[in-house]
Amino acid sequence: MTLYKNGSFVHDSWITIHEGEEISPAGHVIAPLSWWQAERQAFAESHVPIGIRVEPGATIDDFIADLPRFALIALVIPKFQDGRAYSTARLLRERHGFKGELRAIGEVLIDQIQPMLRCGFDAFEISDPVTQAALEAGRIPGVTHFYQPGVNEAPQAGARPWLRQV
Amino acid sequence: MYRYDEFDAAFVADRLNQFSDQVQRRLSGELTEEQFRIHRLMNGVYLQLHAYMLRIAIPYGTLSPRQLRKLAHIARRYDKGFGHFTTRQNIQFNWPALKDIPAILGELASVEMHAIQTSGNCIRNVTADHFAGAAADEIEDPRPYAEILRQWSSIHPEFTYLPRKFKLALSGSPHDRAAIQVHDIGYQLVKNDKGDTGFAVFVGGGLGRTPMVGHKIRDFLAPQDLLAYTQAIVRVYNLEGRRDNKYKARIKILVHEKGFEAMREAVEAEFAADKNELLALPQSEIDRISAYFAPPDLEERPAQSQALTARRASDPAFGAFADTNVAKHRQPGYGLLTISLKPIGGIPGDATAEQMELVAELAETFGHDEIRVSHEQNLVLPHVALDDLPAIYDALAAQGLATANAGLISDIISCPGMDYCSLATARSIPVAQRISERFADGPRAKEIGAMKIKISGCINACGHHHVGHIGILGLERKGVETYQLTLGGSADEGCKLGDITGPGFSYEDVVDAIETVVDTYVGLRTSADEDFLRAYRRVGMAPFKKALYERDSGSDI
Amino acid sequence: MSQVISANRLSDGIVVFRASGGAWVEQLRDAEILPDASAVKAAMGLVEKDVLANHVIEVAAFDVAVKGDHVEPVHLRDKIRAKGPTTHPDHGKQAAL
Ligand code: HEM
Ligand code: SF4
Repeated sequence: MTLYKNGSFVHDSWITIHEGEEISPAGHVIAPLSWWQAERQAFAESHVPIGIRVEPGATIDDFIADLPRFALIALVIPKFQDGRAYSTARLLRERHGFKGELRAIGEVLIDQIQPMLRCGFDAFEISDPVTQAALEAGRIPGVTHFYQPGVNEAPQAGARPWLRQV
Repeated sequence: MYRYDEFDAAFVADRLNQFSDQVQRRLSGELTEEQFRIHRLMNGVYLQLHAYMLRIAIPYGTLSPRQLRKLAHIARRYDKGFGHFTTRQNIQFNWPALKDIPAILGELASVEMHAIQTSGNCIRNVTADHFAGAAADEIEDPRPYAEILRQWSSIHPEFTYLPRKFKLALSGSPHDRAAIQVHDIGYQLVKNDKGDTGFAVFVGGGLGRTPMVGHKIRDFLAPQDLLAYTQAIVRVYNLEGRRDNKYKARIKILVHEKGFEAMREAVEAEFAADKNELLALPQSEIDRISAYFAPPDLEERPAQSQALTARRASDPAFGAFADTNVAKHRQPGYGLLTISLKPIGGIPGDATAEQMELVAELAETFGHDEIRVSHEQNLVLPHVALDDLPAIYDALAAQGLATANAGLISDIISCPGMDYCSLATARSIPVAQRISERFADGPRAKEIGAMKIKISGCINACGHHHVGHIGILGLERKGVETYQLTLGGSADEGCKLGDITGPGFSYEDVVDAIETVVDTYVGLRTSADEDFLRAYRRVGMAPFKKALYERDSGSDI
Repeated sequence: MSQVISANRLSDGIVVFRASGGAWVEQLRDAEILPDASAVKAAMGLVEKDVLANHVIEVAAFDVAVKGDHVEPVHLRDKIRAKGPTTHPDHGKQAAL
């Protein structure tokens, strides 16, 4: 497993915690949303960086009140055809102004990188070898003209002026 | 009609490069079939029984002669000389090789066409009334809005991996010719009390194995909110639609399971939350796009055409053609001409390369360069002078395109069925052919009157059978084809699903069964003015059931 | 019941049948008839490499009835695949028969 972020492979400084595992008080862990919901009091006074892992069935309302507390949100893509996280990502970035790391985990494949970037993801956990190789070669297949400006993209010349602009 | 600007052209070229790359990666083995399938589907490439099939979008059914000529060329060069027009205003080619598809898409791009999003779990080709911009009863041309929706939904990053396919349809007239209530979202242009134009919006219609008529979620939506409201619906669906079972993944199931009221609230809440963003359509942009669809300059003509009257007097076949295939245009002296792709005994929706070229030529000579594809699998010349009808008729007749049956019993919608489709449980085209031969387009067909027969070769209902006046569904029981009949369905503004008559009929008997239904109707109607649908709604199923099943033959299962 | 293995060729989608020795042929009469389930299983094992090598897709075995040297698919769907659309006698494999 590697981490691709902002255009290159980087060292992952976060530790993924599974259900029932101990959380280091130093933070820098990506814990399940359910863990956060159970433990949030314990971390109320601490300022260590916390990340949560959100399964696609969860709604934003389940954690939106604590949003400022998260430095990272990992959205699970159980199968590459599952597009729920795309909406969640856009809502987090655009409606709720989330500025932390938005990481795609699960079945993350090369042909979905572009739409994910356009929905506001900035980090990807990669385990598929073809995807790994393509990213290493700097090849992200996709198009270069869009009718809809993406999250944090400046509108392009010629893009429809009536469409959402960031 | 809409013309690509530089941006549109670059967009399509871009997508072509992207898909060509995917095809190369597939052919070289870098992509597995499972990984590739989703891309080929999003570019309209299916695998059917005999070969690949390429489905090309004809947005809101509007074509130029140049485009139709290109389709003819593709039919000849890469296929077997014909194409199949479908109920979704697409054209399908049945024999293209995967390795040729990038070249075909390149040819299409040269005439501003593509196959983007004609398949896959995304927002599909946007369809609209085939009489748009010409019908006498129209409030406003829906195509500018269809074009706006088309652009907005093209490779939409958020909505490319929906739970299931998503279909939009628009109608600009109170009389719905676009079947909007059986679409995921249907938009009907209406006027409110203040005289403003906007949309009534329907959500959650669909056919397939669980057919449902859409619910009206909005009585009135201002045009500038079109995209924001659509985004709200699709977003709620994307987040909440079922993904555990593809047969329960359409928005109609979400609406059904969540409850329409809850769905409405969720959509309205999402719409309200997003409202301040810049998805609103400024009037200037609506006007800019609308200008592309400005009606042609039609020279004034007398309402009564002498040429037409004279020819009618001498040629009853022409008279029949003029009666059935010409609909009322909003400008006197003009008509909307339906070119039937339902020759008697022929394959509904098929057109040869030569036929396409002829229609292209007629559109140039007589039709102000416009052609439409109807969801009833016919072609339409939307602006023809009645004076020109005799000449057009003669040219059509020479290519077998002058069948005088638009709206009559032999104007049958049929899906490809088992002759092509890998999902089929029975054949549908040969059933259509036999019914067409039985009733033809002569006096008998005229006497029967308005009749919509719709045939699907499996429960996916691509042939719209649930909303046929008579619907035919081909199934398989113990290894043999059997055909279930439904009566009383309708896809127009009075949208309703048909009722199943009872046990199905064999391939051999199904045409007799249809004849029994038709004869029963003719026997019980109050007058020739009471069409099948009205008669059925008056008397109900009982007399038909009796005629179908209380006799020795017919009920074989 | 006897079976034949068929697939679609990746490059053009055309229906092909597996002949003895592992070649893919376009006409059913040239296909290998597999007399029973174990023969089908063995042949399917050998086909795997063609799928992995991306020559063919949608591999499946279907039932056939053998009378003398005539092979006929049992189900309508497979008959149509082996011949071509019933509505276009000049299209598909039937054109060459
Ligand atoms: C031959 C390849 C085809 C395949 C594999 C195919 C597949 C399907 C499937 C699986 C459905 C059901 C979707 C659902 O309920 O979720 C469906 C529905 C539909 N298809 Fe097709 N189809 C094919 C051809 C066609 C053709 C030729 C037409 C037009 C004549 C068409 C138009 C439609 C329509 C109108 C529906 C039902 C409306 C709805 O979406 O609810 N399809 N198709
Ligand atoms: S209704 Fe069934 S048989 Fe007909 S085209 Fe659709 S999927 Fe195929």
